[in-house]
Amino acid sequence: MSLPATASPTYPPGQHPDLPPPPGSAGVVGWLRANLFSSVFNTALTFVSVWLIYEFVTAAIDWFVLEAVWEAGSRVDCRKQGDGACWAVIATRVDQFVYGFYPADQRWRPVLTFVLLFPALAPVLFDRTPYRSQLLWFSLAYPALGAWLIHGGLGLPVVDTDAYGGFLLTMILGVTGIVASLPLGILLALGRQSQLLVVRVLCVTFIEVVRGVPLITLLFIASTMLNYFLPPGTNFDLLIRVLIMVTLFAAAYLAEAVRGGLQAISRGQYEAADSLGLSYWKKTWLITLPQALKIAIPGMVNVFIGLYKDSTLVVIIGLLDPLGVARAVLADAKWNGLSNETYLFIALFFFMSCFAMSRYSLWLEGRLSVGDR
Amino acid sequence: MATIEEDTERIRSAADSSRVMVEIQAMHKWFGTFHVLKDINLRVTAGERIVICGPSGSGKSTLIRCINRLEVHQQGSIVVDGIELTRDVKNIEQIRSEVGMVFQHFNLFPHLTVLENCTLGPMWVRKLPKDEAEDIALRYLERVQIPEQADKYPGQLSGGQQQRVAIARSLCMQPKIMLFDEPTSALDPEMIKEVLDTMLELAETGMTMLVVTHEMGFARRAADRVIFMDGGEIIEKNAPEPFFNNPQNDRTKLFLSQILSH
Ligand SMILES: Nc1ncnc2c1ncn2[C@@H]1O[C@H](COP(=O)(O)OP(=O)(O)O)[C@@H](O)[C@H]1O
Ligand SMILES: [Mg+2]
Repeated sequence: MSLPATASPTYPPGQHPDLPPPPGSAGVVGWLRANLFSSVFNTALTFVSVWLIYEFVTAAIDWFVLEAVWEAGSRVDCRKQGDGACWAVIATRVDQFVYGFYPADQRWRPVLTFVLLFPALAPVLFDRTPYRSQLLWFSLAYPALGAWLIHGGLGLPVVDTDAYGGFLLTMILGVTGIVASLPLGILLALGRQSQLLVVRVLCVTFIEVVRGVPLITLLFIASTMLNYFLPPGTNFDLLIRVLIMVTLFAAAYLAEAVRGGLQAISRGQYEAADSLGLSYWKKTWLITLPQALKIAIPGMVNVFIGLYKDSTLVVIIGLLDPLGVARAVLADAKWNGLSNETYLFIALFFFMSCFAMSRYSLWLEGRLSVGDR
Repeated sequence: MATIEEDTERIRSAADSSRVMVEIQAMHKWFGTFHVLKDINLRVTAGERIVICGPSGSGKSTLIRCINRLEVHQQGSIVVDGIELTRDVKNIEQIRSEVGMVFQHFNLFPHLTVLENCTLGPMWVRKLPKDEAEDIALRYLERVQIPEQADKYPGQLSGGQQQRVAIARSLCMQPKIMLFDEPTSALDPEMIKEVLDTMLELAETGMTMLVVTHEMGFARRAADRVIFMDGGEIIEKNAPEPFFNNPQNDRTKLFLSQILSH
């Protein structure tokens, strides 16, 4: 937007002082003018949008909160009480949504595992965590601790994997998948760039085969065909088979994201590292990988979010993830027809987790870009 | 740990002209079918400063990159400080840790601070403890006159400062030989001098140096020998005075008239 030229005093060469910007081009007024009211069209767009948002938000508040029913015995009961959402369906089955069929008296175990997840994640995710180096030992021990708490043995009653369900199952699949696929994906990406032909061919083949197959096919293979390949008599837990497949699937995609990062690093970086006499692994660990991972963050988080949401596919091979619970709930004659409420609730859960991951990745990008030009 | 003075003394006493630091014999190199280096013979003794010049594409970079095996030669031999360059990885890493290299585009590690750039080699290759590595790094940063930038990232420095950090990073490995590949070509004119001054100072300490550059002022002041390359061959080698005042080969004359005319 051009501003009217105002007569400004002239100064002798070399004497021009720093002047404040013209009024209305900076600050709140400047921002509003530039972003919302820069032209007739933009102004109209602003008003129409405000009106649409207002209509939508008021309607949503009505349905979600003001006219919603929180306690009822059945759908019919709900409808008698109000026209909004019937959250009673969630309230009566919330335990199943969260735990699946995990025994009620043992539920403190997944809860404790979940609570401990935060101190385990904090030192990994945030470099300024107090006592970071000590806590990292805890992070390292966490996978074993979590597996023991949830599955049991060694003094705790064993809870079989087919009892796991709901958000508990989603978390198990998501967290295990992410933690296990990261190192594997990095190794695959490095292998794809290896000087050793055999390593390179193996990695490329693996990545291309896994990427060329839908996850759902891999899950079916996990649930049925894997038995043919395993020695007879081995009874390999279905959940573990699924975890392996989900991990392999994510690792293949992750490898491609990391490869993109590795390729973005200039040859000069490799040469500078070489010329110091660093060995391949030191060069990779200290120079190329940190830079590549930083570049690859958006792509990697994309893969993680995808993996997390794709974990819902296990419903098709009969695992009781939140969608499986939803199906069971909706099949109940008392509650059928309440799919809006049920699926919105699940959507909200997924949205919150994925949004957190996405925000974290933005924060990390900002944190790591210190010193960038 | 040695002080700068002791270190300088170490280099000076090692600058014994009977000690051969680099010996290249009948060396050839191809890129695919392109014969880029042809029958290179060169002996560099301890403390010698060699300037290599020649037209673009004549193989100057390739030649000095062969010395720390960033490029692999196919025929002939290269012996660096008594160790022959072969396919043996341990040999290569050993030689690289004794040979510093400064690049045209600095190639500092952008994700590490200036200090971390300098301590990386001493800590991970020489396996020195962190505080010792930092002592060394600070000393060399002082020597290239930027100790106050130690905690900044390379991206926050000017080109001239980055190149001086790159020189300090190499020196922190306390190398026996320093290779420079057009260290001032990517710099704005006003920053060339600060880098050349640093290099002149280094030359005075008796460091063995091979410098690819078109800065003829530097060659006149610091070089023991100037080498002119064209088409992958060493066309002429001579001390700076006769090289500039009385070039023998027509191609050398043409090249010198082109770069000295403006
Ligand atoms: N990696 C490479 N692959 C193929 N050709 C190369 C490669 N590097 C350099 N060359 C070619 O080798 C010749 C010499 O290159 P270089 O040593 O960089 O020359 P200078 O440094 O003298 O300008 C040039 O013609 C260049 O195109
Ligand atoms: Mg060159």
